[in-house]
Amino acid sequence: MDLILTEDQELIAKTAADFVAQKSPVARVRALRDQADEVGFSRDLWKEMADLGWVGIPFAEAHGGADLGLAELSVVLEALGRGLAPEPFLSTVLLGGLAIARSGDEALGEAWLPGVVSGEKILSLAYQGPASRYDLNVTGARATQDGDGYLLEGEKIQVLDGHVADAILVTARTSGDEGENDGISLFLVPKDTPGVGIERQIRVDHRNAALLHLSGVHVGSGSLVGPVGGAGSLVADVVDRATIGLCAEMLGGMQQAFDLTLAHLKSREQFEQVIGSFQALKHRAADVFIAIELARSVVMAAARAADDEAADLPRLVSLAKAHCSEAYVHVTNEGVQMFGGVGMTDEYDIGLYMKRARAAELSFGDADHHRARWAALGGY
Amino acid sequence: MSDLEAFRTETRDWLDQSCPDSLRGGTGGALAGTWGGRKWKPDNPDQRVWLDRCAERGLTAPTWPTAYGGGGLSKEQAKVLSEEMRALRVPPPLIGFGLTMIGPTLLQYGTEEQKQEHLPPICRGEIRWCQGYSEPGAGSDLAGLQCRAEDRGDHYIINGSKIWTSDADQADWIFALVRTDPQAKKQEGITFLLIDMETPGVTVSPIKLISGSSPFCETHFENVKAWKKNVVFKEHAGWTVAKALLGHERTMVAEAFGSGAGGARRTLADRARSHLPGVQEGQPLPDAVLRSQIARMEMDTQAFGLTMQRSRDAAKAGHQPGAESSIFKVVGTELNQRRQELLLKIAGPQALGWEGAGFAPDELQTTRDWLRSRGNTIEGGTSEVQRNVIAKRVLGLPD
Repeated sequence: MDLILTEDQELIAKTAADFVAQKSPVARVRALRDQADEVGFSRDLWKEMADLGWVGIPFAEAHGGADLGLAELSVVLEALGRGLAPEPFLSTVLLGGLAIARSGDEALGEAWLPGVVSGEKILSLAYQGPASRYDLNVTGARATQDGDGYLLEGEKIQVLDGHVADAILVTARTSGDEGENDGISLFLVPKDTPGVGIERQIRVDHRNAALLHLSGVHVGSGSLVGPVGGAGSLVADVVDRATIGLCAEMLGGMQQAFDLTLAHLKSREQFEQVIGSFQALKHRAADVFIAIELARSVVMAAARAADDEAADLPRLVSLAKAHCSEAYVHVTNEGVQMFGGVGMTDEYDIGLYMKRARAAELSFGDADHHRARWAALGGY
Repeated sequence: MSDLEAFRTETRDWLDQSCPDSLRGGTGGALAGTWGGRKWKPDNPDQRVWLDRCAERGLTAPTWPTAYGGGGLSKEQAKVLSEEMRALRVPPPLIGFGLTMIGPTLLQYGTEEQKQEHLPPICRGEIRWCQGYSEPGAGSDLAGLQCRAEDRGDHYIINGSKIWTSDADQADWIFALVRTDPQAKKQEGITFLLIDMETPGVTVSPIKLISGSSPFCETHFENVKAWKKNVVFKEHAGWTVAKALLGHERTMVAEAFGSGAGGARRTLADRARSHLPGVQEGQPLPDAVLRSQIARMEMDTQAFGLTMQRSRDAAKAGHQPGAESSIFKVVGTELNQRRQELLLKIAGPQALGWEGAGFAPDELQTTRDWLRSRGNTIEGGTSEVQRNVIAKRVLGLPD
């Protein structure tokens, strides 16, 4: 597991960086927000990303994918994170798509994954119940046997890209009590199933999300993803992998926020000199640089551990997410401070990165959550 | 079997057969080991046996050319060697500034004659080196050094003092920065010179530290004669050599302190269990704050270890050292300080011992290690100087 990019990965990185520079500047994201765009991302660009082969990176060749891994996907996500690109990688590829792929359910795979890989189908994973905080075992939904299928009742929050998803994978409890890993089942619910209510949510970072209301929703037994009552470990594994993807995106975001800040430090003059010559700011800039270098290492290690199916994957995911959560917030807090007054204006991009940093920190568990998980996995 | 795997098997067998049993499985600290030199008296005669066996095979300096007593190994082979040494829990046969600092510097800047004269005795552990950089009046502002070398044709006469010369009282030779041109600009009148510590006029006085030990000395030069053939690189161009050597030093310091979580040492959680009342082995820690602090320490240490691995992997693949290597010294030393402080916190009142009754040996060591660690961010370039270097060289921020 060498912590370097292969030549192929370098090539993907370069293609992705050029793509972001030419087609996905932050101005695009800003425009989607300001126009209250109904989709919230560009379906055309998503199709282009699919045509470039990025959407299919982690999927089997039989489904049109490249059969590569998170090492490759994280290179793309890092580039997209630089531009805060809102296209649905997390929801469709890393959550919904990987849940189907890793469940090993061939029928569902054939039904959905070719459409995902070609950029036509949008998926998501509704894993969060209200007030579940970071506990995946608090599902907020219950499923009871209903003829040859199941009846779903419940509420889900912040379902990523839920407002445009063609189908949402929903965790629901088929037995046991909330908080237990046993008794969780996963269902694929097409958007037009009767009883499904979807309500768009507007987040501080404008990442697309929606509330999902399930009221007397009947699904057939073929919609089960993974074993009845035993999907908890599948969901945890998928969320771990999505967390690595988010961390890669965070790495790109913090790098871009720092580049913006450095450029400001080298151009802004006060007291007849550029402010980057002040030692008080130089040392803080050095600390930001250190945080980003460490972030790169932990993201690369976690991605490679996932691809190797390594036994210590959960610990490396916690390491990556804990570090990236604090690093991205640190980098962007320092960025706003060093920009000074203009850093507080909506016109400057640094604020967009600060909002994204917080939103990312508070998704899939913050640093405290992951330190507690690290300790628990270490037996203390 | 690939060549590398064949090398691994051969190396493992040789290590297993050659390392005396009495040396195996030790848990000494990062800087514990055989330093060699004329004044060296081994605690255990097997140390000499192990040193001689390794030196004969070039394994004290695995990657140096065989012509100078090294092993001539590739980076990949050297990595295999260190992996096998760790797996078999055999100690390094020799450590010290000869191997980590002056040796690599001579390989880069030395004349053929200098390499022939100095490198083989380093490899055989016959000569121990110390470093003469800082002076009482020149710390972070190292280029302000005043130790004077007067030109006398084929030699210099040295007058002045060096401070923080690690283990100068044990060393045989010193590599020193001396001022050969007092008229030139600060950095331009400095020469990098090798001096035999047995030359008349060299005196050494140990300095007692807050930790109670005396690893550092002040070294005085009074009309000391030093031959010009011992100038490394060019006269007045010592600053160039000095900076290259500081790079080697920072890597060494970072590696010594960065690997705190690994190895045979007791985990922080185990230590915590032994100091918290009523906690059994294997139980979760009842103190959530302490648990979080331990987790943070372990995680930050691993993040740093992965960053050093990333740098090594890049070097192995033939890339130039990346910007990440500039952070090693500052991060490694600050991590070690945090680790020592956390160990105090874990031990609680048992960390208050200086000596004598009521304190276990490892508790007393914890106290001394904490005190010693405060120097980590001062020696070898302060953390402040390191951050200046990152800001200027890596980030391009102006003066």
